[in-house]
Amino acid sequence: MSASRIGRHLATMLVTALLGAFLAATLIRLAPGFDADVQQLDSRLSHESVEALRAERSQNRNIVRFYLSYLHAALHGDLGRSQTLSRPVRELVAERLPVTARLVVWGVLLGWMLAIVLAFSAALLRHAGVHLVGALCAGVLLCIPSAVLALALVIWRAPAFLAIALVVFPKIFSITRNLLERSYELPHIITARAKGISELRVLLWHVLPVNGGQLIALGGVSVSLGLGASIPVEALCGIPGIGQLAWQAALGRDLPLLVTLTVVVTLVTLTANMTSDIVNESLKPRAA
Amino acid sequence: MKRIRQFSFVLLVAIVMASLGADFLAPADYATQFREAPNSPPTRAHLLGTDALGRDRLSRTLYGTRVSLLLAPAAALLSTLLAGLIGGFAGYLGGAWQKLAMAFTDLFLSLPWLFLLITVRALLPLNVAPSTSVMVTFGLLGVLGWAAAARVVCAGAASMRDSDFVLLARASGVSRRRLLLVHMLPNLKPVLLAQFWLSIPVFILSEANLGILGLGVAEPLPSWGSLLRELEDFATFSGGMWKLVPLFLLVAVVMSFQTLISHKNEVSA
Repeated sequence: MSASRIGRHLATMLVTALLGAFLAATLIRLAPGFDADVQQLDSRLSHESVEALRAERSQNRNIVRFYLSYLHAALHGDLGRSQTLSRPVRELVAERLPVTARLVVWGVLLGWMLAIVLAFSAALLRHAGVHLVGALCAGVLLCIPSAVLALALVIWRAPAFLAIALVVFPKIFSITRNLLERSYELPHIITARAKGISELRVLLWHVLPVNGGQLIALGGVSVSLGLGASIPVEALCGIPGIGQLAWQAALGRDLPLLVTLTVVVTLVTLTANMTSDIVNESLKPRAA
Repeated sequence: MKRIRQFSFVLLVAIVMASLGADFLAPADYATQFREAPNSPPTRAHLLGTDALGRDRLSRTLYGTRVSLLLAPAAALLSTLLAGLIGGFAGYLGGAWQKLAMAFTDLFLSLPWLFLLITVRALLPLNVAPSTSVMVTFGLLGVLGWAAAARVVCAGAASMRDSDFVLLARASGVSRRRLLLVHMLPNLKPVLLAQFWLSIPVFILSEANLGILGLGVAEPLPSWGSLLRELEDFATFSGGMWKLVPLFLLVAVVMSFQTLISHKNEVSA
């Protein structure tokens, strides 16, 4: 893949992340009660302190000014200060991002492993029982809210990444199974099987190359799924990651924290999608 | 498979009918507190027992089912209309407009759904009247849930823009408005309908997630999300299966929707 294509991907990613952050900042600025601060109602505070708090809040009134000053500070490593936790946002993100990364990576990997094993077993064995077990598990898990899965795992004292895996598994399994089923109906695969080529060889040499691109693209999507599920999982399992931080920031309407988390999550999702795009394009056969 | 579909349809109709008849079927109002019987197990007076505040669980389940089952389709309708409007116009106009609309759509899609939902929900006041919280929660689902559907609608409209019958209509001097409303929109109806049905279970699950996280419908009004908050109490899972009835109902309804939708998709494919 050429450097210019990677550069184009990176530029698109940067523009999308900046636009996403601006959109988030605009929405937060226009939210009702933006200027209000619970601290201002504290009767122990002097008039000067209340005025100082008000002045601090009013600095953020102009959306563009707020956003530009935020970007300028971010470029110098200052991501602002959390209003609810009274700590630098950079410190909070640095502290919690690895926790979420570990949780999501393990969860997504386990989810993929389960989905691939079941979908490939169903394709290879062509046994109604395996097909039914996979379809039933995926069908039921698709219908359970991720927060309920997280609660159940807390009660059963199971590792939290299992909840992420159970959220990712049904979607990956359903799509992979459908892709494999369609591939087995392709003329060249029917011919290969009719010629007596072993099922494993058909799967690895003929079916997988047809679906490789779509499966790689699914990899990027599954990161987004895992990150989404990390909010209820971390909030309910008491895991101090980005998901729990986002939940706390949402409940406390913490502006600097919310904007930064929006940018971080958008960047992670876009990086995952870009990586899968690049891998996909580099694996494509080139025209002579 | 046909039997499963029939069963799903009957189950769905039965649950919808029971929730619509909540005023007659529920033994008490959803907010009435029987203070002498908090956390009661199932009795003749309270078939599914009572919650920690002594409210009849059956009544709350029936009313909660009504809230979730009526408002999720309303939110789905709103999101489908937005998707039709944004995706339809983008696909019809093509060129820079299509690129701009799809870039905006990609921006929406690059954020994990639940993350986007709790962020925007938090921007709105959290301490509001229960009826307002219902509107806010489901309105938000409708307003934010259009992006994936808009992509599909845009692709449909774009392919139609270059089709023979549209070219012929254009050549015959049909106005843009008539072309869009009379010729293209009816052909986009199957896509829009599919997106509408697909959105309902997604919104039901999203409302449940928001409710459990304390960002959904406000008490005392019940919805599946707020009813499932009871599961946070560890004793619920071991205390008796009747406490899990809202969860079973939710799973049954979402599963019925999935079964019926997958059949509809198979037929249209």
